[in-house]
Amino acid sequence: MLFLQLFFSYLKIGFFGFGGGYAMLSLIQNEVVVQHTWMTNAEFADIVAVSQITPGPIAINSATYVGYTVGVQAGGTLMGILGSLVATFAVSLPSLTLMLLITRFFLKLHNNRYVEGAMMGLRPVVIGMIASAALLLISPRGSDPDEINFIDSWSWFLFGGVFIGALCKINVILLILLSALAGILIYC
Amino acid sequence: MRTLFELFVCFFKIGCFTFGGGFAMVALIQEQVSRKKWIGEREFLDMLILAQSAPGPIALNIAVFVGYKVRGLRGALASLLGVVIPSFVIILVIAILFADFRHNPYVDAAFKGMRPAVVALILIPLVSLVRQMNRWVYPVIVGVALSIWKLEWSPMWMLGAAAAGGIFHMWYTSKKLGK
Repeated sequence: MLFLQLFFSYLKIGFFGFGGGYAMLSLIQNEVVVQHTWMTNAEFADIVAVSQITPGPIAINSATYVGYTVGVQAGGTLMGILGSLVATFAVSLPSLTLMLLITRFFLKLHNNRYVEGAMMGLRPVVIGMIASAALLLISPRGSDPDEINFIDSWSWFLFGGVFIGALCKINVILLILLSALAGILIYC
Repeated sequence: MRTLFELFVCFFKIGCFTFGGGFAMVALIQEQVSRKKWIGEREFLDMLILAQSAPGPIALNIAVFVGYKVRGLRGALASLLGVVIPSFVIILVIAILFADFRHNPYVDAAFKGMRPAVVALILIPLVSLVRQMNRWVYPVIVGVALSIWKLEWSPMWMLGAAAAGGIFHMWYTSKKLGK
């Protein structure tokens, strides 16, 4: 019963989570904290913090973590792993099915005049959205210290270095690893 | 079989190294996917639009698009598994073994270094995407960016209006040509 609830909650999150990442957080919070009271707000904030510092989509990270936590409360580590599998599968299912349909439709119809018209209108808007994501990370709306990415002049130095490095086609994974190493050398 | 494995490995790498969610991974995806010549430059932007318009995490949607285009349903499944497995395993290990992971001083310091790097990586694909655009849409790009950032407008409405505007433009120009 618990797993069924977990499945439907995360299915809902996957289905209605438009706009990716942070836009999905309030939806997840509503399901997990408000509707089902599987955890407190403080526990949820911890999960968000862990999701932020681990790789991968935040929706997947939180699904795995919440599924595990809920399962463990019901009966130990094994149930926890089962819970994390259920929640992660459920949150991926809408992406898989809907995006498959959209991709098939698009690959067939991308020469259609109206589809091209819609794409023509959408292109600059999506570029603007990506730019706003970067602006929000440079200067966040809230005053939560966890949201501040530029803490001193080292931050700007790393920002500039990675930007130039990526423009010069240095491997992106290498740049991420180097910036993590630089962080340890500077701040430890 | 080889392409399926290549798709899986490519998205596994993407899943391992995308910090900061959503658009932060676009630079990495662009690098990986264009190296294999799976997706053209123009198509890349259209793929971002579709991934953004569909519900669910953008990374998953991109994985499904690339996988399906390259190898159909099996390709989509291979890429999706590739992008999901790293975060699933890492989170599970942290949840079981290191509940206190977040307060580790080394982890904290590494992230202080990685956060500005992630912002730089979001800007990189913008450079090549903006170059593909006509000059006259530059004000639209700047307007959208500023209105989300400063005015907190929801991008949902802008996406809807832009799609409707583009369709109307096509309908209007084809009607004029018809006459």
